[in-house]
This record gives sequence, C-alpha cells and structure tokens, in this order.
Amino acid sequence: MTILLRAIFAAILLFSSLHQAGADEAELRTIIAKFASVKKFTDTQSVINELAQSADAAAVPALKALADGELNILKSDGTVVITRKEGDGFVYSDPLSGETLGTAGKSDFRKVKIKNSIRRSIGGLLSSLTLGSTDPTVRLQAAEALFSKADPDALAQLDAAIADETSGDVRERMLQARAATVLAGDNDPEAKLQAIAVVSGRGDRKALAVLNAFAANENAELVAARQAAIDRVNDALASWQAVQNIWYGLSLGSVLLLAAIGLAITFGVMGVINMAHGEMVMLGAYTTFVVQEIIRTGYPGMFDYSLAIALPLAFLVAGAVGFALERGLIRHLYGRPLETLLATWGVSLILQQAVRSIFGPTNREVGNPSWMSGAYEVGGLVITANRLWIVVFCLVVFVTLLFVLKRTRFGLQMRAVTQNRAMASSMGIRTPMVDALTFALGSGIAGIAGVALSQIDNVSPNLGQGYIIDSFMVVVFGGVGNLWGTLVGAFTLGVANKFLEPYAGAVLAKILMLVFIILFIQRRPRGLFALRGRAVET
Amino acid sequence: MISRFLFTGADRKVFWTIIVLLAVAVLVPALNLLLPTDHPFHVPNQIVSLVGKYLTYAMLALALDLVWGYCGILSLGHGAFFALGGYAMGMYLMRQIGTRGVYGNPVLPDFMVFLDWDRLPWFWYGFDQFWFASLMAIAVPGLLAFAFGWLAFRSRVTGVYLSIITQALTYALLLAFFRNEMGFGGNNGLTDFKDILGFSVQADGTRAALFAASAIALALFLALCLFITDSKLGKVMVAVRDAESRLRFVGYRVEHVKLFAFVVSAMMAGVAGALYVPQVGIINPGEFAPANSIEVVIWAAVGGRGTLVGPILGAIAVNGGKSYFTAAFPEFWLFALGGLFVAVTLFLPKGIVGSISSFRGRMNTQSALRSQKIADMEAAE
Repeated sequence: MTILLRAIFAAILLFSSLHQAGADEAELRTIIAKFASVKKFTDTQSVINELAQSADAAAVPALKALADGELNILKSDGTVVITRKEGDGFVYSDPLSGETLGTAGKSDFRKVKIKNSIRRSIGGLLSSLTLGSTDPTVRLQAAEALFSKADPDALAQLDAAIADETSGDVRERMLQARAATVLAGDNDPEAKLQAIAVVSGRGDRKALAVLNAFAANENAELVAARQAAIDRVNDALASWQAVQNIWYGLSLGSVLLLAAIGLAITFGVMGVINMAHGEMVMLGAYTTFVVQEIIRTGYPGMFDYSLAIALPLAFLVAGAVGFALERGLIRHLYGRPLETLLATWGVSLILQQAVRSIFGPTNREVGNPSWMSGAYEVGGLVITANRLWIVVFCLVVFVTLLFVLKRTRFGLQMRAVTQNRAMASSMGIRTPMVDALTFALGSGIAGIAGVALSQIDNVSPNLGQGYIIDSFMVVVFGGVGNLWGTLVGAFTLGVANKFLEPYAGAVLAKILMLVFIILFIQRRPRGLFALRGRAVET
Repeated sequence: MISRFLFTGADRKVFWTIIVLLAVAVLVPALNLLLPTDHPFHVPNQIVSLVGKYLTYAMLALALDLVWGYCGILSLGHGAFFALGGYAMGMYLMRQIGTRGVYGNPVLPDFMVFLDWDRLPWFWYGFDQFWFASLMAIAVPGLLAFAFGWLAFRSRVTGVYLSIITQALTYALLLAFFRNEMGFGGNNGLTDFKDILGFSVQADGTRAALFAASAIALALFLALCLFITDSKLGKVMVAVRDAESRLRFVGYRVEHVKLFAFVVSAMMAGVAGALYVPQVGIINPGEFAPANSIEVVIWAAVGGRGTLVGPILGAIAVNGGKSYFTAAFPEFWLFALGGLFVAVTLFLPKGIVGSISSFRGRMNTQSALRSQKIADMEAAE
C-alpha cells in the first residue's frame, strides 16, 4: 500500500516539475495532434520519434498516457486527449497543460493503438526526456532508468545532459548510465574498457546485471576486464551482504532485548520465574491497539502520536497487572521457584483466554505511524524505519533502566533487597513493597516492549507465547542478575542467528541456536557474565 | 514384597490401583465387545478410545512423577519423549500402509512421494518390523534422555535452569519436526494409518486390545515405579530431591542417580507415546509444543507429586475435565486450566492424593492421642 502511495506521489512530483520545463508549446501541440491522423504502427512510431527530437520534457505526460493506453482521440472533433476513468464515464484532459476539458462515455473516444515494441521505445524515451527536468531527483531517476535499460540511441542525449548537469551526484549517475550505454552499443574497445571500470565502480546488483548482459566475445582484453569487474562487484556485494546481516542481527537482537529486558529484572534480579512475562508484552501490544482504535474513531489527526500515548499507558497497564500478580500470588510462593513457574504459567493461560474473549482470537490491526514507515538506503544497505526506531528505542529503554537501577533511590533499595534482604529490612527498607514495585517495573517494561513489538509482529492473543522461550534463553545465556549480560546475550544471539540463516535456513538456524544454548549452559551454568561472591550461593 | 504391599499404607494404595487397572483392562474391552450396544452395561466405542488415550496420558504423568516427585527434577520437556515414542510407532504404522496410500507406492509413505524422494531415508529402515519400532520407541527417548541428562546433570544444571533447558529441548525438536526435510511428514505429521500387526486400527477388536494393552502397561509401570521408589535407590532419589548437596558430600554420585531416573522415565514416556498414536490415529509436531509438556506437570501436581497413584488420577481427572469443558464451554477451558495451576500451587501443594494422606495421617494421630488420653484417664481412675 505504502509503495503504491509513494509511486503515485513520485508521479505527481514528476509531472508538476515537468510542466515548468515546457518551452515551445505550440510546436509540441502540433506534433501531438498528428496522433489523430496515424493509420499504421510505423506512423505512430514516427510521431513518437518527432517528440523525442523535440527533447522537451513537456511531452512526457502524453507519452506516458500513450504507453498506458490512455491517450485517446475525441471522435467529435479529433482532439488528442488523455482520459482517466471516473465512475461510469471518462474524464478527459489536455495532454500538455493537464487541464480538464470534460467528461464523456467510452464510445466517444478512439484509442491510439500501440504494440509492445512501441511501448518499449516509449519507455526508453521517457527516461531520456526526463533527463532535462529541472528537478534533480527526477533527473536522478531518469539516469537510473537509463542505466538499467542501456539504450544505445540515448547516448547523445546523455552526453548533452552530462554537459549541462550541475549536481555532482546526478552527474555521477549519468556518467554511469552513459558507461552502460557505451557497453550496450557498438563502440571501440578502449571506450568500453573505461566504461567497465565506471560500471563496476557502482558495485551493486544493477552493475552486475549490466556487466553480465555485456557480451565481450570479440576482444580478449575486454573479456578479462569484464571478468575482473564482475569479481570486484561480487566482492563488494558480499561485504555489503555481511553488513546487511549484521544489521538484521542487531535488529533481531533489539527485539530479543526488548522482550527479555523485563525478564532480566523479574527473573534475573528477583529470581522469580514469570511464565506470564510474554503475556505482559501482549498486554502492551493490545494497549497500543486500543489507543489506536480510540484515535481512529475519535481523533484521526492524532494518529502519529498514538505510540507516544500508548507507551506510558502500556507501562501502567502491564505494571499494574504485574503488581497485582506479585501481591496476590507470587509473594506466597517465594523460595519455591518451581511452584512459581507453574502458577505463573496458569496466570498466562488465564490472561491469554481473557484477551481472546475480549478482543477475539484473530490478529488485530495495529498501524505504523508515518514516521515509522519507509526505508533508508545507505550504500548497499537497506534500513527500514520501523526496525531502526526499534533498535534506538530498545537502547533508550536499556539506558533508562540502567539509570533507574544505579542512580535512583528506588534502584538502590532494589539492589539492597536482592543482595541482602535481612540487612536491607533492618535498615528500614520495606522489602515487601520493594519486591512488588520491582516486579511491577519488570512487567511494565514488558508492556513497553509490547508497544514496540506491535509494530513488527501480529497482535494476537498468542503474541507473548512466541517470545517467552527466546526471552528466557537470552537471560540465561547472558547471565542472571546482570543487565549488561542481557544486552550482550541478546545482540550475540541475534547476530549469530542471522549469520547462520543464509547457510542453514531460518528454522534450522533457530534450532542450532537453541542447541548451542543448551550446550553452553552445560559449560557455564550461570551464563556469560556470572555473578561472583556470596550472592551466587543463595 | 507382596506381603509388604499388603502391610504398609502407602504401598496398599498402589497395590489396589494395580488391581483396579488390571480389572479395567479385562472388563472394559469385555463389556464393549461382548454386550449388545443397547445393553445398559455396554461401554460405547468412543469411551473405550477416550479412556485408552487417558491411560497413555496417565503413563506420561507417572513417568514425570518418577523424576519430579522423587528426584526433584522438574522436566518441562517430557512431551518430547512421549512424541518421539509416538513417532517411532507412527513410522511403523506408515510402513504398514504399503500400496494402499494415495500414491500407491509400496515402500515410500505418501508424503515422501509428494516431496519427490526416490528412496527411503536410512533412519526409516527397519520400521516395517513391529519389534524394531517398539524397540526404537523405548531406545530413542532413552538415548536422548541419556545424552541430555549426562551433559546436564554432570555440569550440575539444576532447578529452574534445568526446567528451562528441557523446555528449549522440546522447542528445538518442535521446530525440527516441522521441517519437511527432516523426513517425518513435516507439518502434517504421520496419519492415515491402516493396520497394526495385521489388524485394522479402526476395528473394534483392535481398539479394545490397545485399550487393554495400555491399562496393563500402566499397571506394569506402576509396579516398576513402586519397586524403584521402594528400593534403597528410591530412598537415595528422595534424598537427592530434598538435600542434593548434602548427599553429594556424603559420597553419593548424585548425577548417576538422576541420570538413572531420567532415562527410565523417558523410556516410560516413549512407551506411552507408542500406545497413544495407534489409538488417536495421528502424530504431528504439535505434540512437541512446550505448552503440552507443562500441562503434564499440572496433571502430576493435581493428583499429588511423589505419590505414584496421584499423577494417574490427576491425568485422568484433568483430561476428563478438558474433554467436558472443550465440548460444553470451549471459551472456559483455559480459564479453568489456568485457575487449576494457580489453585493447586497455592492451596494444594501436595495434590489430591497427598492431601488426603496427610489429612488421614493427622486424623490418625489425633484419634491415637485421644485414645491415649482416654486410656490415661482410665488408668488415673
């Protein structure tokens, strides 16, 4: 959907900028009017060639319409118009100014017929015509299109465009397009050698395609140069692939960290096995859903702020459930970890069924705000905005949590209670309340994680189940009672998983990671960063 | 041994349960097969297969009780051993289909033909023999438990950590069996069985025989567990549960004791799975789901861990409740199951059987005290 919207947006941008480029409108108008009198495909082609010679970007809408079969001739007076279907009829407009002229039925028009070869030549022509646009992004797109198409006839236009070009980036792209064009055409080997160097300098998949398409059978030097260039591009692609894998790994790691960080507090710091942890994440995701639903029905303009509103609410909802859980259930089970595990599993089943009864068993739609959709391209690396935000968000949560634990009074009390409960109690700390608040904090952070995960995962009653085992793995792997261990554990597992995936496939990679952790626990039963000293014994 | 059954209180319960199981093994198939369908004592077919299924669940709960109730090892992955046993039997049943499959291939099961495999993978060899499949249903879970336990117990992974990695084990197997490349039917698992030992799995007689086999196997396992827990080794197991490090310092090899219990338990779970599959007619990777294994724990907990009889009662009661609830109030079942987890851990930590025993124990001491008092008073007069 967003891709479609973006394409429409780009097209609007393209057209609006092209209109300003119109120079000799009367001349163009006469050429376009010739479409009304064509009899054969060859006539159509010659009119198109005339438009090409005019080299005026104002002809682009007409050509585009021709390629899409929307260029029609009004039967009544023989005017050439662009039609657009609207309801039962067609709205027709002027091919140059775009001004709406009226509406008519289908039978009032005669279509300008084209065939595939004409459609292809229009495609090449459109790119070379837009080279003259005033908008640099349009020129850049045109150069890109010519690079992939490599139409030998566009060489002269490219040369002219390069001479006029002011922007450095666009000029570079145009030079690359020219090199690709040189390779496709009938040029001398010296020029082709240089062109190979330029094309391979791009180092991406498109360059590889151009080089592979280039048949260098006539010249040994060219063959060698082509092979070397292909190898170079492949190397560049491989290193970009590695960078991309690291990014995917970091992205997966940040999801794991978000899911596990609340558990690192309840399990790691307090030693409570909370099997309902995943359901706290789910509650956060459903809070986001409810917030968005209210915004959608009541205040549609606020949609971009929905996540900012959902964050504190999710923290409060999940935190409150966690508080109630600790006071009502877990405090009766301290010192009996296996019983805690079973009881909280029961709670997780109840929460799941409660959400299923209220919201239904199917996935609920949670939308991305506009600032979280889209993607950035850095070299050969594609970074989607929502993943980037989640990585940033998880680091912010991590740092905040670290701050709370190390620099606030509550954090101090919390650490005191976990290190020596009796001593903390005799210093006047209300240990039961600290326990409850610590548990609420861990649960609340799980709720916040739910807000983030609702952006990339299906919001269903089973959302939490998918994360619970992974979260435990991360905490156990990183080392219990150590937030830094959780951070390192999450990112290590994430990156390792993504590096295994190309060789083993997604499922097998996951299995290998699980087996690795099972074996790792045998070597270091206390995890990567084990606590030392007296705390270990209790 | 038999006289001790009759004289000690705890053993008497197990003894009577074995008698009841053997009686059920004879009576239910007889009432099902011999009486006409309109007779008031006739046992309907669906009850036979339903209770037969519960009996295999009871076997699984009993296996868990041996490690959890007596050795203190909370395995959250016992469903994996059950499913492995089930897959071994399922492979035998698949090979028995022969040319009656959709594709009519005499050797390859349908899903392999569908995947364009031209010959049987090596790990399917021998599964056309019933004895081999039965052996594998015991040996594969046993070997897995041995390898896993040997690693885990030797490096002293205990308590919650062990529970979590057993859960990871069954989760990894779940993912693995979902893959088509594994050669176990992927997502769909193994199904469409026709014959077992030459008898149709659909036939009433076969169902009744499988029911009887399940009841007898459960009775045998109960006797085996009683024998183990009543022996000196059983006392050491309880000591492992209650004071592991003390026992280690006294000089026992704790990891050997745990490994023994774990492997025996896994083998029992494998047999349970092998008896389960022909009765329900399908085995798929869903049986490996971690949630299933945790559910087994609640069966044992409801009945009473460390009582042998309790887990059997718990498995039958909870599954009976599940069958009733999922049919009558499907919305309500997870609330009930979740509530059961919470209520049992909070209010009935010893389970039904354990609570009754301790209640009766209190009553006995009270009445003993009372009669002692009366005797004292009489003596004083």
